[in-house]
Amino acid sequence: MHANRKPRTIIEKIWDQHVIAQREGAPALLYIDLHLVHEVTSPQAFDGLRKRGLKVRRPDLTIATTDHSTPTTPRGLPIVDQIAAAQVEKLEQNCRDFGIRCYGLSSDRQGIVHVIGPELGLTQPGMTVVCGDSHTATHGAFGAVAFGIGTSEVEHVLASQCLLQRPSKTFAVHVDGTLKPGVGAKDIILALIARIGIGGGTGHIIEYCGSAVRALSMEERMTVCNMSIEGGARAGLIAPDDVTYQYVAGRPFAPKDFDAAVARWRTLATDEGATYDRELTIDANTLEPMITFGTNPGMGIPISAAVPDPASIGDAMERETLAKALRYMGLVGGQPLAGHAIDVVFIGSCTNSRISDLRAAAAIMKGRKVSPNVRVMVVPGSQQVKAQAQAEGLDTIFREAGADWREAGCSMCIAMNGDQLQPGEYSVSTSNRNFEGRQGKGGRTFLASPMTAAAAAVTGVITDVRTLL
Amino acid sequence: MKFESAYVVNQNQREVTPKRFESAYVVLPIDNIDTDQIIPARFLKTTSKAGLGDQLFCDWRYDASGAPRSDFVLNRPEAVDAHVLVAGDNFGCGSSREHAPWALLQFGFRAVISTSFADIFRQNSLKNGLLPIVVPAEMHAALLQSPGAIVKIDLEAQTLTLADGRTVEFPIDAFSKHCLLEGVDELGYILQQEPAIEAFESRHIASVNTLS
Repeated sequence: MHANRKPRTIIEKIWDQHVIAQREGAPALLYIDLHLVHEVTSPQAFDGLRKRGLKVRRPDLTIATTDHSTPTTPRGLPIVDQIAAAQVEKLEQNCRDFGIRCYGLSSDRQGIVHVIGPELGLTQPGMTVVCGDSHTATHGAFGAVAFGIGTSEVEHVLASQCLLQRPSKTFAVHVDGTLKPGVGAKDIILALIARIGIGGGTGHIIEYCGSAVRALSMEERMTVCNMSIEGGARAGLIAPDDVTYQYVAGRPFAPKDFDAAVARWRTLATDEGATYDRELTIDANTLEPMITFGTNPGMGIPISAAVPDPASIGDAMERETLAKALRYMGLVGGQPLAGHAIDVVFIGSCTNSRISDLRAAAAIMKGRKVSPNVRVMVVPGSQQVKAQAQAEGLDTIFREAGADWREAGCSMCIAMNGDQLQPGEYSVSTSNRNFEGRQGKGGRTFLASPMTAAAAAVTGVITDVRTLL
Repeated sequence: MKFESAYVVNQNQREVTPKRFESAYVVLPIDNIDTDQIIPARFLKTTSKAGLGDQLFCDWRYDASGAPRSDFVLNRPEAVDAHVLVAGDNFGCGSSREHAPWALLQFGFRAVISTSFADIFRQNSLKNGLLPIVVPAEMHAALLQSPGAIVKIDLEAQTLTLADGRTVEFPIDAFSKHCLLEGVDELGYILQQEPAIEAFESRHIASVNTLS
């Protein structure tokens, strides 16, 4: 059939399979297989539908949950913040009005939208997945083209199941070798972003390949893909393999004819001889635990390194950008971060709130106590993660160490639900953004892995977790 | 702001972006300005698009007591008539919140000029009539030298002209330009293709059924 067809990357294959129409001079009309909806970026889109008298075209390809402005206090309690309560209620009302299934606060399937999609088997290889949230890239871990959209586009997808899109450039990131103990998926992605910068992947979709990527579990792959946007890439994906198929099998929304689905999925991998617009290689053997020092996720260093010194930077604007970040963070260039005192540890977010993340943190905290100067919040990504953690006794480990065990949601990653840093406080967080004020006005964030965060929790200072293994 | 053709609505009640306008500009000479700075997340609990202009750059704009910081550019007198913002590289990085362009527009900005924009922010801006204008580093450096000066933006010709007459072309895809200038409703355009969507669905396997 296509014997002479040009070899294609997985990105191009999925794109080609979803283009409905391509008019000259216009973007492609791209079909969307799965639309995830949450309370923050959808209300104005539903209002738009009402104004035009439109229905949701494919409620069967749409699913909603509440996560962003959702409290992580016990679920029986009312939402204290009236504006947040109204937003959560509005989502549930919109879903009732438009016939969309919503896993709301009372559901045992509620959770961070990028945690529940995969755990329910909704996210599958070869799909196009969108959500009004930039961390939609997470779902790329399954070999899906998954990207964040704005509220106008949420309205477009609700009404038509389509988006007007232009193809992105392709970017292969090869991670070869073997990760050392104490180094994990979060360190891979923080190292990549430190290398390419926060805008380095703009205009691209990343395919993560290489032996170190193949060796990752599905949850670790989600951590890597999740932060593609922090490198500027709208999406990042990993070709599916047996690890992927085993993860999807048996989940509530997994395909009924699973063998036929796997046969389709096996055709997705990038063809021999396909080329990318850009390629880069990372040596997993030499990676260390990573931590950020500044006010964007690209400002990251290995835990043993010193914070860069603005004086060593030639370009004036770059120098001032770094100096401004260090002023905000209260740090001095040229000094190491290890040993720096912290106030808060946050373990959670769509980057690192899955069961394996909680296990990794619990393994460090087991039999140890949270430093008396530190407040620790552990926020599972979903009610199902919470139940699993409790079944394994992880909640007991966290509680006995002195950490706070919460209900599921985005929590202090985005700090719009009441969980937040106080001005000036330092946090080691497993989330994805260290922008000024991201975790609360005036708060100062160091991004790191669950292991590194747990190490800081028990020592009270930024710590190389390898000293605790 | 002087418009040769003002913002008007076309026969479909869609706002049309003027072909040409000129305005003073203000500068925020910082790279990687993220959407959490443009509009902090705590203001995203709203369910409407309105009322975001006052919260634009909130944590840079107001002190702890909520009073405007006199040293922040948007609080200075020259910002009153400035409808163009010149910012550092990779403007709008971070989240997908469309509240960012909504807040910029409600404050009064009609264009942002930078050396590059984050993908989602650029898309969101174009869908709301906020022009993301990319200029070469040399032109950008020149703009940073004279905050408060007048720039002319000609969307039809895709040119940006400085007060001293220096002109540079800026890129914008033909479809977005057409939509802006004609007030094309993108959702209406998509819905016109309903037969093609239906035909596609008849041969494309639905991977999930969320209602099952």
